[in-house]
Amino acid sequence: MFPTPIQKSPRSWQITYQSFLPVALIMWLLPLLAVALFSVKPEGDFSGGNYWSLPSSFGGFENYGRVFFESDMPRYLLNSLLITVPTAIGAVALSCMAGFALGIYKFKLNLWVFFLFVAGNFVPFQILMVPVRDLTLDMGLYNTKTGLVLFHIAFQSGFCTLFMRNFIKGLPFALIEAARVEGIAEWRIFIYIVLPLMKPAIAALSVLIFTFIWNDYFWAIVLTQGVESQPVTAGITSFNAQFRAAYHLMSAGAIVAALPPVAMFFLMQKHFIAGLTLGAVK
Amino acid sequence: MSTASLAKSDYETPNRSWYKRNEISVTPWLFLAPAILFFAAYVIIPIFQSFEISLFAWDGLGAREYIGTENYVELWDDPAFYTSLKNNVIWLILYLLAIPAGLFIALFLNQTVMGIRLYKSLFFFPFVISQVVVGLVFTWFYDPTFGLLNTIIGWVGLGPINVLGDPTYVTYGIIAAGLWPQTAYCMILYLTGLNAVDPEQIEAARLDGAKGWRMLWYVIVPQLKPATFIAFVVTIVGALRSFDLISVMTNGGPFGESRVLSFYMFEVALSEYGFRMGYGAAIAVVLFFIMLFFIAYFLYSMYQDERGR
Repeated sequence: MFPTPIQKSPRSWQITYQSFLPVALIMWLLPLLAVALFSVKPEGDFSGGNYWSLPSSFGGFENYGRVFFESDMPRYLLNSLLITVPTAIGAVALSCMAGFALGIYKFKLNLWVFFLFVAGNFVPFQILMVPVRDLTLDMGLYNTKTGLVLFHIAFQSGFCTLFMRNFIKGLPFALIEAARVEGIAEWRIFIYIVLPLMKPAIAALSVLIFTFIWNDYFWAIVLTQGVESQPVTAGITSFNAQFRAAYHLMSAGAIVAALPPVAMFFLMQKHFIAGLTLGAVK
Repeated sequence: MSTASLAKSDYETPNRSWYKRNEISVTPWLFLAPAILFFAAYVIIPIFQSFEISLFAWDGLGAREYIGTENYVELWDDPAFYTSLKNNVIWLILYLLAIPAGLFIALFLNQTVMGIRLYKSLFFFPFVISQVVVGLVFTWFYDPTFGLLNTIIGWVGLGPINVLGDPTYVTYGIIAAGLWPQTAYCMILYLTGLNAVDPEQIEAARLDGAKGWRMLWYVIVPQLKPATFIAFVVTIVGALRSFDLISVMTNGGPFGESRVLSFYMFEVALSEYGFRMGYGAAIAVVLFFIMLFFIAYFLYSMYQDERGR
């Protein structure tokens, strides 16, 4: 066990450890593996009561085919994408600027503004629910993707500003001073000096926000209804109503809904973890 | 007049605009403006509006009627409110188990063997999946007729238990589902934290004869303090935000026994059970003050940190 490196421990323990790893992993992911198994079983297995036997034949193509061609799932996925991507762009853009202002300039209210963003980021959603729904209705944006995107950008800018400001604080201030001595305008300092240095933070935040927003459920059901604007987290409820008790299809639907952020995580793992743990380790 | 303009040209060329002269003090506000505008409109102002709405009887459409503190008086005698509050406390306490559980898994995985990177990623997997899907997965896992849980305990002659249909088990069942992704999150925080643990201190402690629990508690855990702080923050926030799982797994049932404040608020204000915006806002205010207690602590810790820099 830590802190003893495995290489220095007895051979018997090394073998135990290596063989226990996959067992532990299977136990950890058991509920998910069960759903994955369900999603490739043919319909007959369920009507026959063979829930936990191996699939009698591979029904994966048919099940996933029906999810994509006989339900509104593709539409919900598209909605999710059209909500998630603009939110990530908007929130990152706002917070790059706000983070620059809070990380570089010393002014009296600096820490107060910063703490306002941090505190707002932690409030329970319910305290915002009624007024935000009202505001969205008043702007005529209820049940539109735009309405949802605007709220998400605003709310996420709290967390993003916290993140960006701390990142910018870690940049060498001498660079900015040097630029000022040269007489470069402040907005040029932002665009030509700070922004290029922020690339890793921008990548990390984009991936993180993509996942957060893709997985949002509460605001989706508060601000939208119906297939034309609901994202997949909310849409899966109607999907399940359509295929009630058809566990092979519901399982396939759940996997399809969960897949995009998972793919994002595996493709951008380094950025993702850097984003989640920023501040935990300097 | 001529002397004044002469004096001015001494220290400044006349074509320098007001903006140029105040660039350093104006620029931060220009850069902050869009974020502050959005944040104020959608987050800060709505908090105060909710306070106001909690003093009204309102169905969200018609005219509001001012009723003072009546919503809060009703809340005081509402048994469903106390059930929700009790469940919130259970959530808060049990959710914290994610922190030691995450640390334990992180210690277990913090070795260098073949394929360990993939193992770490796969252990982290549950956090990336949306809570809605986690809820569905666990609903099927608990299902009394074919669920994996009952199939397994059936082998040893127990069960079946209908976890989500039983008022005594239901909250614990949902919390267990919530702990799954939350533990994964804490694990990744600790794995990153462990990378930064100073090997020299461990070596020194080993020479002093520390090992096992004592080594963990006195040498390693103190060095993980920043990770623990973040884990604590996200776990508390996660526990008080528990909504998705309850909505997907039980919809508050059976008999409203799995409600928490965040869910009860939604049920009162925006579901088939009614559109009582004022009453809902009053519940939200209570939830807000519970959270405010923790927010104050988080901000205080961060403030100490800032001053230490």
